[in-house]
Amino acid sequence: MRPGTRYALRSVASGLGTLLFVVIFNFFLFRMLPGDPIGLYTRGRNVPPEQIEALRAELDRPLVEQFLGYLANPFSSTINSARFNQPVWTLIGERVGATLLLVGTAIVLASIVGTWLGIRSAWQRGQRFDNVSTGLTLTLYSMPEFWLGMILLIVFGVGVGFLPGMFPIGGIITPGVDPSSLAGILDIAWHMVLPVTTLTAVYLAEYALVMRASLLDEMGQDYLVVARAKGLMDKVVRRRHAVPNAMLPTITLIFMNLGFVISGAITVETVFSWPGLGLLSYDALRGPDIALLQAIFLLFSIGVILANVAADLVYAVLDPRVRA
Amino acid sequence: MGLRGPMPGPEDAADLVAVAEPAAPLVVPSSRQLARARRRASRGRAWQQFRRSRPGMAGLVVLVTFATLAVLAPVLFPPETISVVDATGDPLSPPSPGFPLGTDESGRSILALVVWGARVSLVVGLAATVVSMLIGTVIGVMAGHYRGWVGMGLNRFTDWFLVIPFLPLAIVLATVLGASLLNIIIVIGITSWPGTARLVRAQTLSVSARPYLERARALGGGDLHQMTRHVLPNVMPLVLANTTLMVALAILSETTLSFLGLGDPLAPSWGALLDGAFTSGAMTVGAWWYVLPPGLCVVAVVLAFTLIGRALEAIVDPQLSGQQR
Repeated sequence: MRPGTRYALRSVASGLGTLLFVVIFNFFLFRMLPGDPIGLYTRGRNVPPEQIEALRAELDRPLVEQFLGYLANPFSSTINSARFNQPVWTLIGERVGATLLLVGTAIVLASIVGTWLGIRSAWQRGQRFDNVSTGLTLTLYSMPEFWLGMILLIVFGVGVGFLPGMFPIGGIITPGVDPSSLAGILDIAWHMVLPVTTLTAVYLAEYALVMRASLLDEMGQDYLVVARAKGLMDKVVRRRHAVPNAMLPTITLIFMNLGFVISGAITVETVFSWPGLGLLSYDALRGPDIALLQAIFLLFSIGVILANVAADLVYAVLDPRVRA
Repeated sequence: MGLRGPMPGPEDAADLVAVAEPAAPLVVPSSRQLARARRRASRGRAWQQFRRSRPGMAGLVVLVTFATLAVLAPVLFPPETISVVDATGDPLSPPSPGFPLGTDESGRSILALVVWGARVSLVVGLAATVVSMLIGTVIGVMAGHYRGWVGMGLNRFTDWFLVIPFLPLAIVLATVLGASLLNIIIVIGITSWPGTARLVRAQTLSVSARPYLERARALGGGDLHQMTRHVLPNVMPLVLANTTLMVALAILSETTLSFLGLGDPLAPSWGALLDGAFTSGAMTVGAWWYVLPPGLCVVAVVLAFTLIGRALEAIVDPQLSGQQR
């Protein structure tokens, strides 16, 4: 077997191991909840007696049997969401798109701006640009993302003093506008400005800090001295020699950081009433809507595990050293 | 010994002196005294280095200020001032001479709430960090020290926890455990240890390869002796620098969890204040005085811990100092 194949198999196997751990954890954690499970699963809504009977029959099966059933298909939950009285995976399916749109845009913007800031401040280490940029990124890094969102919402959404509110204060689209028309697309973009700005500002801090540290690591290397000694221009040394090597940790970080990205999505979607998975999580935990929480936790964990495996594989493609 | 190791450390030299001349008439300091003096000197050196870091000192000043405020909170604002029942102000009124930072939805002074919030946020941040550091250090040292299936198993376990996304896990745990201050501490502790464990394991592996551990083993030192007497003291400085950075993350986590309503409803942390501002609709009426102060405090304290942590890291790991500067 080629070393590359072995490496790929190993990281996929490790991802599967983690997945199994999460599934087992997810099953037993919610079985530990105190009190009557029927009450927990149906909290605060009128449920027809036959539905309760079905739920009780489901929960009265031996634990091992329930567990094996869950293991065979974790997505087969027959328990409805207590809050929305709908199958949980239907609810989740409706919300995925909005989150991907918001978070995807923010990640793309943040990685572009973040790496640019990181490269520039590492290259001009200790100079004014670096001091300002590092101070700014450290401050953004120390900021609860939802607080930044609340401030932006008050200043640019509601308006303060003589400053009128310009942007919508929540939601994804003005009610009644057709989302497939041009006006609808523009309206969605208009609604995205504040939440995307918030998430971008918070995400880019980490990318900039990592990019800077990683480029500084490369800057002491001999091959850069050689490149300079050959008489290459500073710009070429940076762009062709230093940055490609320094990019590796940052690219991995962009993949590995999905857990951090999810946290941001949960709170920022809540602040801006963005109808995605984050707001759904908030609604589920305010219930608490146990069936929904369980499903969302599984989904987020799977997403992060996949991203980690992807990071491993991408890293192996970009850096032949780890394949050995 | 001198042949094998690159250079006998001061501790080895002290051992030799103590063993070779047990009853010397000269006043020879005992190995323990020597070790203590050496530690004092190295702490002094670290402080000298720390004082030269301007960001680190700025962080320290901010932190001391907040800690003082937190300690003095009951003196500055008697507990009645933050009670919902005894509130004297109008709901959500803007800053005025009586209420320098305005009032919340039940008419309590925001200034008093923010000062009291410093207590909760700092205590939860520090306590959660201690929990997480203990778990992380124990698992990390054991994962690095024991070869074979114990080490591998612990390492796997760490990797699993490292991958599970923090906030969803914390939400799920907090829901299962119930909303209270102690549970928040436990939840943050349980969810944030894997990073420390990984760092400690790496450091333990590098320490394990050093000659003084071979010497300890040759002299018959057991696993516990090796881990507590030889590995731990060498891993500790790194752990401490990391701890400072982790307090910052713990305070951010506490703020996020409390904002989501998972904190103790009776303890006004900064996150709980932001939750109050959010759920009472303070944002839609433009009550910036309710939202701004708690968040600024979080940023100040988290930034202070981060700056101190980075300065300490640069002292512990001199290779880093080149990077940061």
